Parts: sequence; C-alpha cells; structure tokens
Amino acid sequence: MLSKIVRTVANQLILFILIFGLYVIAHGHLTPGGGFQGGAVIVSGVVMLLVAFSSKELKKSLRERTLSIMESSGALIFIGLAFAGIGIVFFYNFLVGTPIFGRIPATGPGPGDIWTGGFIPLMNLAVGLKVAAGLSAVVLAMALFSSGEEIEE
Amino acid sequence: MMEYIPLNFPFLAAALLVGISFYILIFKRNLIKLIMGIAILASGVNLFLVALGYRAGGNAPIYTDVPEGPMVLPVPQALTLTSIVINVAVLALMLTMVILIYRHTGSLDSEKSRKMKG
Amino acid sequence: MRQVTGLIVLLVVIAFLVSGMLLFIHPFGYPPSDMDDYIIENAQEETGSNNVVTSVVFDYRGFDTLGEATILFAAVTGVLLLLRTVKRREESS
Repeated sequence: MLSKIVRTVANQLILFILIFGLYVIAHGHLTPGGGFQGGAVIVSGVVMLLVAFSSKELKKSLRERTLSIMESSGALIFIGLAFAGIGIVFFYNFLVGTPIFGRIPATGPGPGDIWTGGFIPLMNLAVGLKVAAGLSAVVLAMALFSSGEEIEE
Repeated sequence: MMEYIPLNFPFLAAALLVGISFYILIFKRNLIKLIMGIAILASGVNLFLVALGYRAGGNAPIYTDVPEGPMVLPVPQALTLTSIVINVAVLALMLTMVILIYRHTGSLDSEKSRKMKG
Repeated sequence: MRQVTGLIVLLVVIAFLVSGMLLFIHPFGYPPSDMDDYIIENAQEETGSNNVVTSVVFDYRGFDTLGEATILFAAVTGVLLLLRTVKRREESS
C-alpha cells in the first residue's frame, strides 16, 4: 500500500479512466478505438488501483468469480450475435436497416451518427466486457499469487 | 528491381527487429530474456504488417471527418489488431509458466529447468 | 561448437530476411489492393459503419475475431487454472 497522496489521487482518477474506456468502446464504430482498446484502457485503471492499494484491499471489492462470470457472458453475447444471422450466413450483419443501430450513413467523409453500424456497436460492447474482465482476472491472479494470498474460489 | 531499394527502409526496420529477437532466442539463457525476445519478435511482425498496408500519403481508413486523399489498407490493420491481442494472451501464459518454474526449480536458467525431476 | 552453430543459423536467417525485404516485396507505399479498394468503397453501405477497420474486424473477417476471442478465453482459463492448482497442492503437502 502506497502513501495517502497516491491513494487519494488514484481514488479520484479511476472514475475518469473508466469513463474514457467506456467512451472508446461505445464510439468504436465512429472514431479510432473499439472493444479491445477500450477494454485495455479499463484494465490499465484496474492496474493503477492494484499499485496504489494492495492486492489484499482490492480482493474485497473485486472477486475473481465475478470477473469469470463477466468474461463468459461477454463471450456468450459475442457468439450469440454471430449466430443470430445464421439464416443467411454466419456473422451476417442482420441489424442494418432496422430501427436499432440500423441507419446507413452518407457515402464519403462526414460527421458520425451514433445510430449506425448494425450489430457492430453491440459486438464492441461484448468484446470490451470480455477483454476488460479477462485481463483484470489475469492481473489480479498474478498479483495475489506473487504476494502469497489465497485465490478466491 | 534495384531502384526500389531506397523505398524499402521500413521493411528493413522490421527485419532488424526480427534479427535482434533471433539473436536473443539463440544466445540467451535467462527465461525472462527469452520472453522479451518473443515480445520483440511480435513487434517486428506487427511493424511488418502495418508497413505492408501503407499507401503513400494515405489517411486512416475512418470516414468520420477525414480529409481528402487516399486511404491506407484496412485489412492488414485489422489483422495487426488480432495479432496484438493474441500476443498479450500468450505473454500472460508464458509469464505464469515462468513464475511456476521459478517456484519449482529455484532458478531462471533454461538449462537447469530443462531436466525433468520430480 | 554450439556458439558457432548458433552464429551460422543467425547469419543465414538475417541474410534471408534482408534479401527478402529488399527484393521480393512491392515498393513501400504502393501496395497491390483490389480487395481493400472494394472494402474501402463499399463498407459504408454494406455494414453502416464509418470505421472501416472495425467493420473488417467484426463483419468481413468475423471468423478471425472468433478465433482470437477463443485464444484469449483459453489463455485466461489457463492462467487461473495454473495459479490455483499449485496453491492447492502446496496446502495438501
């Protein structure tokens, strides 16, 4: 556990890191970014908490079991969205043209519209959940093991 | 064919990274240094993929408020994204293996951890 | 003897890489690009996404992303499994 200054700054800064990660995930079909990059940003916030507080403190609020369930649900949403268009072809983008994320942007350069992209924003959310939970679980397991703590079953 | 040589320096940089990593993988014996060599090999491959898809004077292939001009190729960038995530996963698995080997044998030398002992 | 063999292998690999990079690849900045031109022109109508890289990752080449997600899942499972097993074995012995 580091000093009180570091802990206070990390406490205030984790909110902005999480908001930036969610922004990168949610605007993945308009700006540079996407599920993997936003998930990595969120994992960097978790690593900052792990450095500022000790792994024993973080174990109370971030359970490995919860992270495993989140990662599995992200993978299930991803494969379920891929199977939802199986009537035409696997990974068919079945949401283009429907009211949900179905608008088609004007061809060529232009401002972005958040309601475009078909199932790509939903895929981004699923993959972001999966990457953030999975890599957080890996980092947390390594920190707990190297500090000699018990790993939660 | 010889007049293309001054244009191909980015490919030479990727070849240099791969050569450095092969030097590490052949001559070093520390397991952590071997993992660093594999990471440098992965960066060389990523740099080669991105340089393979560059188009002269191109913009990023994203249509939101892009200036006029050609766009670089999107497929090598997508494959580089895949490659980066796979590298992170493999790196985590290798580091876990090294932690367990150090707990078991007490050293990071690859010659000592090669022998099977119960 | 081992050092000499390693040095020979290293020199052969470096010579192969440098000659390949200089002689057998298209000039830097002018790639052959039929498939990528099709994707750049038609990605906005076909997938509705402004970001062409994301539409390639999730739509045109979804199978690659599926395999990548599988590898990530397997790696996370392997890390958790390895660290947890050793803990239990140390407790029992």
